Amino acid sequence: MENLERIIAECPFFAGLDRDYLNLIVGCASNVRFEAGAYIFREGTPADTFYLIRQGQVAVEIFAPQRKPLVIATIGEGEILGWSWLLAPYVWKFNGHALQNIRAIALDGKCLRAKCEANHDLGYEILKRLVQIIEHRLDEARFQLVDVYAVR
Amino acid sequence: MMSATIALAADPMTPQPYCVHDVAKETPDTFTLTLQPQDGTCGGSFQPGQFSMLWVFGAGELPISISGDPGKHDHLVYTVRSVGKATHALVSQKAGAGVGVRGPFGTGWPVGVARGLDLVIVAGGIGLAPLRPVIYHVLSHRRDYERLVVLYGARSPRDLLYRKELAAWARQPDTQVLVTVDYGGLSWRNHVGVVTTLFKFARLRPSRSLAMLCGPEIMMRFVVRDLEAQGLSRNQIFLSMERNMKCAVGFCGHCQFGPHFICKDGPVFPYAQIAAQMEKYEL
Repeated sequence: MENLERIIAECPFFAGLDRDYLNLIVGCASNVRFEAGAYIFREGTPADTFYLIRQGQVAVEIFAPQRKPLVIATIGEGEILGWSWLLAPYVWKFNGHALQNIRAIALDGKCLRAKCEANHDLGYEILKRLVQIIEHRLDEARFQLVDVYAVR
Repeated sequence: MMSATIALAADPMTPQPYCVHDVAKETPDTFTLTLQPQDGTCGGSFQPGQFSMLWVFGAGELPISISGDPGKHDHLVYTVRSVGKATHALVSQKAGAGVGVRGPFGTGWPVGVARGLDLVIVAGGIGLAPLRPVIYHVLSHRRDYERLVVLYGARSPRDLLYRKELAAWARQPDTQVLVTVDYGGLSWRNHVGVVTTLFKFARLRPSRSLAMLCGPEIMMRFVVRDLEAQGLSRNQIFLSMERNMKCAVGFCGHCQFGPHFICKDGPVFPYAQIAAQMEKYEL
């Protein structure tokens, strides 16, 4: 558990978080591994977990009928995979597909939600950090939409 | 007669006759041309970042950055994206065909200023072409520079330039090469996302770095924002700009960018020098 706490504390997402909060978070965490090619989650399934990627790269894919899934982003070492666990109806909107062997910390979304409800300071702290990630990803998606390399 | 010939050769408006030695396909719409002087003389020296005016007889004249090795003087290399009539005519030339060359023109990348520092190269799309001479220069003067970080983004895997060289550069000591595409297929096993997403994985040391950027202006604007957030000052960031260059020597004014002529004062500028113009709408 001590080791897990250290890993979580070193993750950029949780950097500088109060030790008491870290202890609460560690209670919802576990080490997980996925083999290359495995689906970590699939669109439309319950989003009850999120991941801190420690090693490897995960493709975020959109399912497209009658064609191969489209990779819209990759999530790598030190990054957070997934925020659907925080927002009702807690369902994944994309596929998470392991491109390589993945080592990650899985955080039980239900457990963490309950702790955030019970301790709003913790909830606010998590939300602030998550909103920053969401803002970055929104910026990146907008930048992607501009299609800067297209011929004008 | 002799003095007239010399005067003609020194005239920056007079193209020198070159012939196409080789045309290599890089991507479905981008080609690399190797040109040699028709008289068999030296191809000429250039600074990384400079450009030439290439005259395709009957089609027009184009400003194209030199993408070859500045240490090799027997030929000139250009990477051209075929997007219009003149560029299509240029990339359709066969070996042995004649092409007129004026130049090299413009300011180069500050490879001298970068000595002793980390070099951060951020390129988007065909923007890697004007930066490739810098990479050649650094790799052939490796002891003069610290860490080399190359961040390269393209639209899709099929649009990536110099794929074999990117892999070879990544194997060099003290060199980090990260490549991303905006849209990846399932067979692509590398990063997907805009070029700025690579900063999370780049081994940057902002206080001892110099950044060189080339790509679409909007891309460079996003990259500058992220470099500044990483701690680089505007004087540590250099950009290569592109405008409609015609005469290449500051006479015609076609490439005017606020108080600057891109052809003569650029194309490479410190960001601090052009930040005000880059922030102006519709300029």
